[in-house]
Amino acid sequence: MAEPLLRVEKLVRRFGGIIATDNVSLDVAAGELHAIIGPNGAGKTTLISQLTGHLEPHSGSVSLGGRDITYLPAYRRCALGLARSFQITSLLLDFTAADNVALAAQAHAGTSFRFFANARKEKGLRDAAHAALDRVGLLHRADIVVSRLSHGERRELELAVALASKPKLLLLDEPMAGLGVTESQRMVKLLQELRKEVSIVLVEHDMPAVFALADRISVLVYGRVIASGDPAAIRANDDVKRAYLGDQHVVTHHG
Amino acid sequence: MKAFTVSKAATALMLAGLVLLPLYSQLSGNIFILTLFTRIVILALAAASLNLIMGFGGMMSFGHAAYLGIGGYAVGMLAQEGVGSGYIQFPVALAASALYALVIGALSLRTRGVYFIMITLAFAQMAYYVASGLARYGGDDGLTVYKRSDFSGLINLGNRTQFYYLCLACVFAVIVLIWRIANSRFGLVLQGLRSNEQRMQAIGFPAKRYQLVCFVISGMMCGLAGALLANNTDFISPAVMYWTRSGDLMVMVILGGMGTLFGPVMGAVVYLLLEEFLSQITEYWALIMGPLLLLIVLFGRGGIMGALGRVGRG
Repeated sequence: MAEPLLRVEKLVRRFGGIIATDNVSLDVAAGELHAIIGPNGAGKTTLISQLTGHLEPHSGSVSLGGRDITYLPAYRRCALGLARSFQITSLLLDFTAADNVALAAQAHAGTSFRFFANARKEKGLRDAAHAALDRVGLLHRADIVVSRLSHGERRELELAVALASKPKLLLLDEPMAGLGVTESQRMVKLLQELRKEVSIVLVEHDMPAVFALADRISVLVYGRVIASGDPAAIRANDDVKRAYLGDQHVVTHHG
Repeated sequence: MKAFTVSKAATALMLAGLVLLPLYSQLSGNIFILTLFTRIVILALAAASLNLIMGFGGMMSFGHAAYLGIGGYAVGMLAQEGVGSGYIQFPVALAASALYALVIGALSLRTRGVYFIMITLAFAQMAYYVASGLARYGGDDGLTVYKRSDFSGLINLGNRTQFYYLCLACVFAVIVLIWRIANSRFGLVLQGLRSNEQRMQAIGFPAKRYQLVCFVISGMMCGLAGALLANNTDFISPAVMYWTRSGDLMVMVILGGMGTLFGPVMGAVVYLLLEEFLSQITEYWALIMGPLLLLIVLFGRGGIMGALGRVGRG
């Protein structure tokens, strides 16, 4: 097998006595959509944060395209082709949608130590911004200030911002969080399109979406990967059933 | 569009007043007003420079008066040592301010929020005590500048009107510069960092580098104000670096409107005129000034510029 795009090896992260990431190893091949699922508190966000560089692991390693990035700061990882969306929407609220995306494009288009020319008139950056907005279906909202966009639109904008940096790997932290049914369906459709162009690590609670999209799924419980495989294998896995359905059985018994 | 016209009209009126002031002073024979406004214009320059890091960069520096002192002492000390040329004094003032900003910024920018405020304050107080200890240059008592910076062949700083226009030109130049910066690539990154630092890191911007460069630019602008201030008063003392002076500058920026181009100038004019006017009426002027500022800040969100904008809309 060729060198995977992303390789995580024996990653460990503790918070006091709690081991939030417990010897996690996983690979993401180029072109793959790899979903990470798990019950609340399983350590999904902790894991993502170590992949993006917002949190340092206590041991283990992360490499992107064969290059060790375990201790690189977030902005350097981004330059190497790693882009992310945030679970809780994190955008520049007082900027327009187009400005948000154009800034992401600017980060990858030469130096930003330019002090005189009007950046909003740089055609290259505006075109890139509009292309990314068009990709997620937000072009008609380009000049609206983010604080006036709806929640669903902001989720799409998160995606456009991530796309504008032309990443090799997209880390999506619960892109469907808080979306309504129709919005979710649109997002799934959108991700189905995007996965043709870019490798994706998807952390998501929405199970139908995950099973519809993923090539492979890793299940995280109490910081450990208890199973990893294609959707069919995960669906049939007893450990996974127990982790997900165990509580429900208890509830049924009591009822 | 009407909202624009009210604050724009007020700004235009103020600028026209500033440009025509020497004419009025000459016609009325009121020399005092020109001296007063020279000081106002210089401090407006300092406030505008503070606005660059506070308003656009989101960095609450509480030690900005240090640059007034550094710029001023550069002029005063060089004059004392027999170097009278402004062509040397001013570049030295700018370079010294830049260097100070680089070192202080590199250290302060490791912190955020309240700690950033406190550490910039602490460094400015340190500069204050260092200046107080300079026995050769007057120590506590300050240093008299016997001869103003010599820009022979260009401008005579000894001439009140010429000096006033030099200060005014510096303010305009700095505001044009800030306007260009605000819309440039650099400026957008800066304002993005003010808005959401985590997001900016995630799309590939190392925050500190941009903030530090902004800190240095702002410091140099204020150093220029300091060099002008020493020429204006023919005197420089540690008092210009005292923390209350940094506070004054902050009040001017907030009063006028943070993150607006002309707000700090407006703030400086209003603040210093109020101070001048009230102190003539009563020696307890601060007792009136305090609540007045409080009201403006409480009810005029966005300062004077913000209030004018709302008047236009309302």
